[in-house]
Amino acid sequence: MPAAALALHGVSVRFGALRAVDGVSLTLEEGERRAVIGPNGAGKTTLFNAISGAILPSEGRVEIGGRDATRASPQERARRGVGRTFQITNLFPELTVAENMRLALRGRGAAKWFFWRADTLDAHGREAVAAALASARMEGRDAARVRDLSYGEQRQLELAMALVQRPRLLLLDEPAAGLSPVERGLVAAIVRALPRDLSMVLIEHDMDLALGLVDRVTVMHEGRVLVEAAPAEIRGDARVQEVYLGTPHRVLAAAC
Amino acid sequence: MTAAASAAAGVLALALLPFALSAFHVGVATEILIFALLAMSIDVLAGFAGRTPLCHGAIFGTSTYVVILSAHAIPLPLAMLAGIGAAGLLALLFGVIAVRTSGVYFLLLTLALGLIVWGVCLRWTAVTGGENGVRGDLRQGWLADARALYWLVLAAGTVLAAAMWRLVRSPFGLTLRGIKDSPTRMQALGHDVARHLLLAFVASGLFAGAAGALYALYNDFVSPTTVALPQSVEGLLMAIAGGVGTLFGALAGAALLIGLELFVSAWTERWPTVLGLTAILLMIVAPEGLVGKAGAIMGSRRSTGGIR
Ligand SMILES: Nc1ncnc2c1ncn2[C@@H]1O[C@H](COP(=O)(O)OP(=O)(O)O)[C@@H](O)[C@H]1O
Ligand SMILES: [Mg+2]
Repeated sequence: MPAAALALHGVSVRFGALRAVDGVSLTLEEGERRAVIGPNGAGKTTLFNAISGAILPSEGRVEIGGRDATRASPQERARRGVGRTFQITNLFPELTVAENMRLALRGRGAAKWFFWRADTLDAHGREAVAAALASARMEGRDAARVRDLSYGEQRQLELAMALVQRPRLLLLDEPAAGLSPVERGLVAAIVRALPRDLSMVLIEHDMDLALGLVDRVTVMHEGRVLVEAAPAEIRGDARVQEVYLGTPHRVLAAAC
Repeated sequence: MTAAASAAAGVLALALLPFALSAFHVGVATEILIFALLAMSIDVLAGFAGRTPLCHGAIFGTSTYVVILSAHAIPLPLAMLAGIGAAGLLALLFGVIAVRTSGVYFLLLTLALGLIVWGVCLRWTAVTGGENGVRGDLRQGWLADARALYWLVLAAGTVLAAAMWRLVRSPFGLTLRGIKDSPTRMQALGHDVARHLLLAFVASGLFAGAAGALYALYNDFVSPTTVALPQSVEGLLMAIAGGVGTLFGALAGAALLIGLELFVSAWTERWPTVLGLTAILLMIVAPEGLVGKAGAIMGSRRSTGGIR
């Protein structure tokens, strides 16, 4: 049996007295697509930070591709094939789309150290960038400065930058947050068209959007895993309904 | 290749300048070139990596000290290499300490490191001569001629400026600009932010050291003033006056400040006051610097290409 793409063993992240992530264990098989859903503040983004290395867990173990990565730096994990997008757009606003893509493309290679050459790509690199921009439906925007892009385009660029790195494990933190229904459909189509051998974790508030895109669903609540099940079972699950609907409706309103 | 053509025209114009100037003013022009190099080395960090250093005067002056002191024992070209090497080592040490900080912490940390160098040069009298400084014996033979020295500095400066241009316009330079915009995103993409900044710091220190070695030839004397804080501040102000992130704007900044100092000192002793007022005036009328302002007026984005 091949090693799991990602395995979390009792991972906790504490901020002072708050356990933002509280003893989360999960296994993501190679090529699996997983949604992590749950109300605002459930700890989803913090869990991503623990997986990508932006935060070190207070307890527990993180394994990526069968190798321990609990203490590895973010850049080391990126080089091991972990790609991510950010819930709050985190791009290089003063640079152009093409420059953002070059930074993403070179993140895992050696070319970022070349100080004696012009800042251009070889044919291979140009092709990779064009392909990633095309899968994110961002063709023809190379010369635009990122700060001049629409919000929707910035979300698409986030995806393109993650894709051009050819990650083995892709973490998408609410890629459709704040988008119009049409744009959300576009993001869903982009996610659906991702290569099948790519392992992916998708954080998404919108259950309807998330359930159509994944093989399995993990529901988080107050830092813990509430339920892990196939999409078809999630909607009918009483505990999930309670988290999403039962308890004060404000929770749901805040989540959407 | 219009950029290369205009650069060549600029260098040619600078090369012809001594024929129009007195020997004294050729000296001033030499000083402007040297300080433009210092300001450019500062701009590599301030304009492209988003880290504003206040220790480059100390790195520059350390090279000057090493050149003047070692030239008593070894041939001048070797002494200059030793000066540049010392500057690189000092920058490596400073960089190791400073690159994990940013913003005002970086500014203050590099300021403190620079002050230590100044303190050492002031107190280590046996070697540095303390407050009295050390006189060199470098301007021998053809170097005694002001115009010859100017051309030497111009030739070396052209090579150094081209190297800095290559650096900031390379994949390495783009990585620096990415770090300036968002270090966390750079890490998530696999970039080694601290190591990158360290290399940039050392490169910038080597360029400042090269400027300091040329200053040893020009001044033939070094004292703690050369490594003192005002030196770092003036270098930074020149970079800002020219336009942070424009690299070559440093030349305009150096010409403005050194020219102004020369002009003002004819009728007042209060150069620091005038410098301060000039800096304030610049912040108001041209916060993007002379070259940045000129670029904006001409509606071109090229001049500010460094930060875009
Ligand atoms: N850096 C931080 N410092 C302190 N508290 C944090 C930090 N990041 C997140 N939290 C808290 O941790 C909890 C989980 O946050 P988060 O992971 O962003 O939730 P989600 O992504 O599910 O909405 C929230 O209560 C949030 O306020
Ligand atoms: Mg979140």
